[in-house]
Amino acid sequence: MNDIKQQGNRLGIIGWLTGGRWGFERYMYSLHRITGLGILSYFLLHIFVTSSRLFGARTWELVMGAVANPVFKLGEFAVFAAFAFHMLNGLRLILIEFGFAVGKAEEPVYPYRSSVNTQRPLSVIVIILAAVIVCVGGYRFFFMH
Amino acid sequence: MTEKATQIRFHIRRFNPETDTAPSWQEYQLDVDPGMTVLDGLHQLKHTQDMTLVWRYSCRMGVCGSCGMLINGRPGLACNTQILHVTRTALTLAPLPNFPIIRDLVPDLTEQFLKHRELKPYMIRPDTSEMQHPTGEYYQTPDDLLDYLQFTYCIKCGCCMAACPTLATDPEYAGPQPLAQAYRYSRDSRDMGYADRKPSLTADHGIFSCHYGSECSSVCPKGVDPARAIQLMKRQLVLDYFKLLRKKPPCKTLGPNEHAERKANIPAAPPYTV
Ligand code: HEM
Ligand code: FES
Repeated sequence: MNDIKQQGNRLGIIGWLTGGRWGFERYMYSLHRITGLGILSYFLLHIFVTSSRLFGARTWELVMGAVANPVFKLGEFAVFAAFAFHMLNGLRLILIEFGFAVGKAEEPVYPYRSSVNTQRPLSVIVIILAAVIVCVGGYRFFFMH
Repeated sequence: MTEKATQIRFHIRRFNPETDTAPSWQEYQLDVDPGMTVLDGLHQLKHTQDMTLVWRYSCRMGVCGSCGMLINGRPGLACNTQILHVTRTALTLAPLPNFPIIRDLVPDLTEQFLKHRELKPYMIRPDTSEMQHPTGEYYQTPDDLLDYLQFTYCIKCGCCMAACPTLATDPEYAGPQPLAQAYRYSRDSRDMGYADRKPSLTADHGIFSCHYGSECSSVCPKGVDPARAIQLMKRQLVLDYFKLLRKKPPCKTLGPNEHAERKANIPAAPPYTV
C-alpha cells in the first residue's frame, strides 16, 4: 500500500461551511465558533482601547475619536448580535453535550429519526430568540441613540 | 406499464494516482430507470461507456460498508441510494472527503480503522476463562440490550467521518465512528472495559473535541446516530469526573438449568477445539 501515491481529500477550514449539502445544525457549529472567536477578538481590542487611558487624557481622546467612526458602531452591533447567538447556542450545546437533549438509544426504524431531530426544538428556539434579541437590540442601537 | 427512463447527467470525480496530479471532473449521460441505485448506475457506465471507472463495493445491499461516497453532496451508500430519489437531472459523485483518495471514488479508510482499534471495540472482562470456555450465559435484560443495540448496526462505511466538521480540520480527532463504538461497548451491561477506554476517550483529540456538528447522525445510512452515542458517553465521563457515576452492577452469569433433564437421544457436545 505504501508505494501508492495518495491524494489528500480533507475538507479543511472551508469544510466548516461547504464541501457538501449539510444540515442546519452543522452550520450552527461553524457559526458558534466564528462568533466565539469574534467576541474574543472584540474583547482583546476592548482591553487595548480602554487601556489607552493609562497614557493620559490626550491619548484617550485620540483613541475614543478613532472608535467613534461608524464602522466601529456597526462592529459593536455585530459583536452584540454574535454574543446573542453565542450565548443562546452555548446553552443549547451545554444541554446537548451533557446528554440531556439527545434522547435515549432507540431501535433504528426507517425512515431514521436521530438525536438531531430530538434536539431540533432547541435549535429553533435559539434561532428565534437570537433573532428577536438582535431585532430589538438593533432598533434601540440604531434608532434610539 | 413501463415507465420511461430519465436522462441523468453524471458528474464523477476522477483520480488516477499513476497519471494524475489532482482529481478532476468527468461527465457522462445515462438513461436511468426507476429503482436503479447509484451502484447500478456506476455498473452501467462501466459496462457501456468507460471501463476505467473505479469504485469499491461488495455486498450491494447496505451491509458491508464498502460503497460510501459523496452523492450530490451528501455522504451515503451507493447501493442503497436510488438515483431518482436524489435527482431528476444531474448526479454528482465524489469520494468521501476527510479520507485520502486511493483512486476515483475509492477512499482509504485505514485511518478510521486504526482509531477504531485504539478505542478497544470489544468486550473486556476480567473472567477470561469464562469468556473462552463459557459455563453459562451472561445475563442481560431486553432493556439492557436496547441501551446499546442502536449503535451495533455500524458498518464502518465512513460516511459519518466524511460529514464531520471537526475531522475536516483536525486529522488526529478520533471521529464519530470510533467514539460511538466506544460507547456501544462501555454501555453494554456485560462489558467492564470503561476504565480501559477512558484514557483514549479523554485524551487530546478525543471525545471532547466533538462540538456537536451533528451531521454524522443525519448522514448515517444505518440509523446508528453516532452523535447521540458520543453525547451520552460524554455525560458518563462528566458524571464520573464529579464522582456521581452509579457503578454498573457486574452482570450475572446464568448456568445451565438444574431442573432441566437432558433427553436420552441427544448426544453430548463435542470437545472444545480452541
Ligand atoms: C453566556 C455567555 C456564553 C456562553 C453560554 C458560552 C458557551 C459556550 C460553549 C458551551 C462553548 C463550547 C461549545 C462546544 O464545545 O461545542 C463555547 C465555546 C467558545 N466560546 Fe463561548 N460562551 C459564552 C460567552 C463567550 C465569550 C464572552 C467569548 C469570548 C470572549 C466566548 C468565546 C468562545 C470561543 C472562542 C469558543 C470556542 C469555539 C469552538 O471551539 O468552536 N464565549 N462557548
Ligand atoms: S456495497 Fe456493501 S454497503 Fe454498499
